[in-house]
Amino acid sequence: MSTTTVEPSGPAGTPPERTGLSPRKRRRISLGIQYAIGLVVLVALVIVIDWGQVGEHFFDPDEIVKLFPNIFLIAMKNTVIYTVSAYVVGFALGLVVALMRLSSVKIYRWIALVYVEIFRGLPALLVLMIIGFGLPMALGVQMPFDIYGKVAIGLGLAASAYMAETFRAGIEAVPKGQVEAARSLGMSQSRAMVTIVVPQALRIVIPPLTNELVLLFKDSSLVSALGITAATVELTKFGSDMGITAGDTTPMIVAGMSYLVITVPLGIAVRKLEARQRKGR
Amino acid sequence: MTHAVEIRDLHKSFGALSVLRGIDFTVDPGQVVCVIGPSGSGKSTLLRCVNMLETPTSGKVVVNGAELTDPDCDIDACRRTVGMVFQQFNLFPHMTALQNVMIAQLRVLKRGKADAERIARENLEKVGVGDKADAYPAQLSGGQQQRVAIARALAMDPSLMLFDEPTSALDPELVGDVLAVMRKLAQDGMTMLVVTHEMAFARDVADHVVFMDGGVIVEEGPPDRVIGDPQHPRTRTFLKRVLDPTHAEVGGAPDVDAIHAGKDAPEPGRAAPSGFEHGA
Repeated sequence: MSTTTVEPSGPAGTPPERTGLSPRKRRRISLGIQYAIGLVVLVALVIVIDWGQVGEHFFDPDEIVKLFPNIFLIAMKNTVIYTVSAYVVGFALGLVVALMRLSSVKIYRWIALVYVEIFRGLPALLVLMIIGFGLPMALGVQMPFDIYGKVAIGLGLAASAYMAETFRAGIEAVPKGQVEAARSLGMSQSRAMVTIVVPQALRIVIPPLTNELVLLFKDSSLVSALGITAATVELTKFGSDMGITAGDTTPMIVAGMSYLVITVPLGIAVRKLEARQRKGR
Repeated sequence: MTHAVEIRDLHKSFGALSVLRGIDFTVDPGQVVCVIGPSGSGKSTLLRCVNMLETPTSGKVVVNGAELTDPDCDIDACRRTVGMVFQQFNLFPHMTALQNVMIAQLRVLKRGKADAERIARENLEKVGVGDKADAYPAQLSGGQQQRVAIARALAMDPSLMLFDEPTSALDPELVGDVLAVMRKLAQDGMTMLVVTHEMAFARDVADHVVFMDGGVIVEEGPPDRVIGDPQHPRTRTFLKRVLDPTHAEVGGAPDVDAIHAGKDAPEPGRAAPSGFEHGA
């Protein structure tokens, strides 16, 4: 609006009355207040927190040394194995379910819909328990590779529901003209799907799928509920057990940082991919 | 003599909206037929019925002697002989120009890789984008993309080419390149069915011009007559507006009010068919 620049003051165009401060000055004062609040909080924290205690219990060098090398050789390694195996299962199942969801066979669409609703609605922990304890108890079903198999299937099922919806969104985001062009060249519906649509859909869903990887990475901490041994321990359990034994927070802090070592670069990679895709269009 | 395309009493409705209301016409081998008419007249839908991208509600479509409307027809096999060029190009964005032209040769015709590449390069050369073989669609201008799309269709050795407003999405200075390629194709004897707004092209290149409005063929014949000396008032009104848009009057010329009263019938549905084509 340009009311402030209107010079002649007719009955309809009176310039607004000048309050004491110009907008520019007000903005400057507001900004000053925001900085001041931040500074006060920071100073208060520095004064209130007992830094000696923090150093001793959060970053105790003796405790940190004790964690190595097992935190990497066992805990981190297992976390990565659980995550990647569940991701692979979730990816494959998710793609199949997404294609079923878009199938021209009504029964398949229904099955896929029910599947997605169930595994999206249940807590991942419960799914993991059913696969890990429930099925072996009830049916005597034993998963291959012991706990690794249980985790891959349990967490994979939970992840597949989300991935199926992501794949479906990606497939639907591919313009209809792409299928028409493929069909007009004599490709069958399924050939067009495999050769033209899915490769484009995968490119579209790389960012959300990478987010799913980060989520799974964190969800791998649920594995500890299955009862794991020193050999199959993952990061969260490892960190908390060591912390409780030592009566010190340091192991948990280090375990937390171990997660970030992987998730932060992944997040950066996703943002880069997204930026590249935006440019590509 | 077998017609390249034979259409008998073709009807197409989208729900309650009837877009084609009884179309009869034929295209002979080697003929270039241009379909003109206002937007929403059903001409794009007609073209899309010829290779069954739209399934007709009723009627018969016969292409190269094969009845596509027969439920037992192997539609994928029939489409191999019918090339189609779209208004929005529809190149595959994840492939280079060369791959775009090769993919259907490899996957549909099962040609060997060396053959497919040789044929792809020949066709890219033929449409004047031989030097862009390794470029992705996003790196090409609209005119170049459309020419790659033509090469992609030609690489399948079609006996009939369908063009759905091939120059409508192009910047004006790029239209000429695409029309030149189409003109050359016509001179080489390709059978072509072209939906277009380029009246000069229709007049110069077409053997036969079909004017459609409101889902029916209003007038058809040689271009000199349909474009040069239209008989039907609706054709005249349309051509007057297309050929001399700066002198069109708001709501149409006063002397054709009566015609417009008749034309208003299909009007409410005008936006809908194109919505069907581009939406979802």
